[in-house]
Amino acid sequence: MTYAEQAENEALHEPKSFLTRYIWSQDHKVIAIQYSLTAIFVGLIALVLSGLMRLQLGFPGSLEFMDPAAYYQAMTMHGMIMVIYLLTALFLGGFGNYLIPLMVGARDMVFPYVNMLSYWFYLLSVLVLIASFFAPGGPTGAGWTLYPPQAITQGTPGTDWGIVLMLVSLALFIVAATMGGLNYVTTILQARTHGMTLLRMPLSVWGIFMATVLALLAFPALFVSAVMMLFDRLLGTSFFMPAIISMGQPLEHQGGSPILFQHLFWFFGHPEVYIVALPAFGLVSDLISTHARKNIFGYRMMVWAIIAIGVLSFVVWAHHMYVSGMNPYFGFFFAFTTLVIAVPTALKVYNWVLTLWHGDIHLTVPMLFALAFILTFLVGGLTGLFLGNVIVDVPLSDTYFVVAHFHMVMGVAPILVVFGAIYHWFPKISGRMLNDRLGRWHFWITFLGTYAIYFPMHYLGFLGMPRRYYAYENYEFIPQSAHDLNAFITVAALLVGTAQLLFLFNLAWSTFKGKPAGANPWHANSLEWQTPETPPRHGNWGRKLPVVHRWPYDYSVPGLAQDYLPQTISDQQMAQLKSGQPPASEQPAAERPTGPGDQR
Amino acid sequence: MNTLQFRVTDNGADGGHMPDPAARERLRGRIYRTGLWLLLMVISSLFLLFLIAFIARAQLPDWQSLVGSGAPLADNWPLWLTSALLLCASLALQWAKTAAQHGLASLCRASFLLGGLFALSFLAGQLWVWQRFVEDGYLVSGNPANSFFYLLTGLHGLHLIGGLVGWTVIAARLFGRQHSLQPLAIELCTRYWHFLLGLWLLLFLVLTRSQETYQAIAAFCGLR
Repeated sequence: MTYAEQAENEALHEPKSFLTRYIWSQDHKVIAIQYSLTAIFVGLIALVLSGLMRLQLGFPGSLEFMDPAAYYQAMTMHGMIMVIYLLTALFLGGFGNYLIPLMVGARDMVFPYVNMLSYWFYLLSVLVLIASFFAPGGPTGAGWTLYPPQAITQGTPGTDWGIVLMLVSLALFIVAATMGGLNYVTTILQARTHGMTLLRMPLSVWGIFMATVLALLAFPALFVSAVMMLFDRLLGTSFFMPAIISMGQPLEHQGGSPILFQHLFWFFGHPEVYIVALPAFGLVSDLISTHARKNIFGYRMMVWAIIAIGVLSFVVWAHHMYVSGMNPYFGFFFAFTTLVIAVPTALKVYNWVLTLWHGDIHLTVPMLFALAFILTFLVGGLTGLFLGNVIVDVPLSDTYFVVAHFHMVMGVAPILVVFGAIYHWFPKISGRMLNDRLGRWHFWITFLGTYAIYFPMHYLGFLGMPRRYYAYENYEFIPQSAHDLNAFITVAALLVGTAQLLFLFNLAWSTFKGKPAGANPWHANSLEWQTPETPPRHGNWGRKLPVVHRWPYDYSVPGLAQDYLPQTISDQQMAQLKSGQPPASEQPAAERPTGPGDQR
Repeated sequence: MNTLQFRVTDNGADGGHMPDPAARERLRGRIYRTGLWLLLMVISSLFLLFLIAFIARAQLPDWQSLVGSGAPLADNWPLWLTSALLLCASLALQWAKTAAQHGLASLCRASFLLGGLFALSFLAGQLWVWQRFVEDGYLVSGNPANSFFYLLTGLHGLHLIGGLVGWTVIAARLFGRQHSLQPLAIELCTRYWHFLLGLWLLLFLVLTRSQETYQAIAAFCGLR
């Protein structure tokens, strides 16, 4: 049997049983949904943890079980889950898996079996992480950065099992991310359909692509630090552990370098910011262009900015360590690179704004989230410029100003994109629209609420309120007004947290009862909206792969009655459209969408 | 591999025409080679970061060199021996790859098998080196130099064990009912073996240097 015959025969073997179709699935769309649901589930745990922390800060003593140890455990798990297990997994494993093959016109990822393994390793890492809640001593309370020596020294919560499970879970996550990442990059490089050149790819794909490259290069640094810390914890080595007298007794360790851990951790940690931010940049570019009915401003500039940010993100890590006692000349270098990275980033913000300029802006729910992202990212980015300067960072270091900054720039901003993107692509994933009214309520409460939470935190930081404190009573430098603000922030945080139930309800309800969406409810150009079926079936494209003739941003082209031109429309078909004839559609891709959700 | 990628009706701007199997095979080769290169990039990044940590840690005063007199690597002939085994593994696989390309089935099978066996003997050799360390009292937590030796050789070994899993799968097919030669799979396996040989030689080189060399490297890299 020739390979081609084999391929043809195997292609017919669509999974039939429930197990192979939904559980041990190798279909990128199912894996994407598995990744997303797991990430959202674990993110909810982190959300509840943040609520518990806020209750302690706003209304000290209101929770009986909240002692300092529990507070630190909640804080550590909240941070780690949100950054790694929610945002990274959702952007790469969720959106990356769903969108890459559809957007580049492939039938699936190139290594589907490895893709499936990637999800199961991710699930395993999540289970190991959750197991630490039930282990003796509870989860680690070392702070999400897990700095040694305190991370593995008695006295820190969770040094028995918690830290071990955390490190093992991280190692498993990295294996999962690597298996996924090999797939995403290879698929983008080698499995694009005919006519899909690199510079015709939607910016979503570019963002996810570059973020994946960063993940492949940066996660090893976390792996290195996790493995070496595991050695220190389990085998008594002294990679990071200096000589310490703990509780009156000298420990076995000597001579290790805690600073070495910080360097390794942040060599991963800073690119991690962009592993989360770059997919958000990409997705939001597509949302803005589609819902403003205008081509993205400066597409090539946007692509180069993504690449430049990716490269620069590897040479800024020590700006997280200005107060670690490093050589002042290092501070000078890293402050410089940190400010340089603001240039391509600002360029992207300008381009988003210029895309909106004179656009036909539709204030749909995805667009509201996209606009909110621009604003939030701007606020978070500008405070980043403050903190990037050593002389400003030193007094603000370890205050609530830092907490406010990073929550704005890599917490709220990306999560706004996640929401916008879910509202945007849900019709393709499920075939149904999310409820618009619920979506608007969800948006306004989340958007205004997060500002109510984080704006005051900047002020608290300027007051000098230190982060990572369990309680702030009886400090002379913290005035009553700060306590009042803390109570206010807690109320806002609980409100925003509760409002997410609206979103969950909307997801669940609309999956079954939502308005049918039709194939292309937003009249978008990119390939995923041109599939013959919605939701796309196994193999995505029916009998033939789509053929791409143009970039995905031909909106409001002059001389055309319709304000969008899918990537599959050839110049000949466009000429027909211009002369008023319906295009002779060779492919289902060129069909104009119809359906009850089609009401633009 | 995703066979869906190559549905017969896909190909060409007009779609529909039957693409030639050689073109398919070339595409398949491109996809697998890209995937492997990316994997090697990730592993390189991993070991590079370990080596940077190694050099940085070696600057601290408690470091005890493994090559000083009486230390286990003062005379490092056991490592030369294991290196020779890994070199033989690489050569045998290279032989298998060439044989597969020329369709020489029995030569290919024999040398492919030999490549895996040499790799296994390399692993046994490394374990034997570990045992010598333990006998000399150089335990994992004794000194950071020992810790790094166990850590780096162990991780290298784990990567080779991963490769051996792939090797087993290919060997099973090679000796299975279909008797297909799978030049592409053998080529990829060979490339991975060569990479691990190069990586091992780098580790060998770094692990057996004196502390002065580490200080010079650190000074050169700006770590001192």
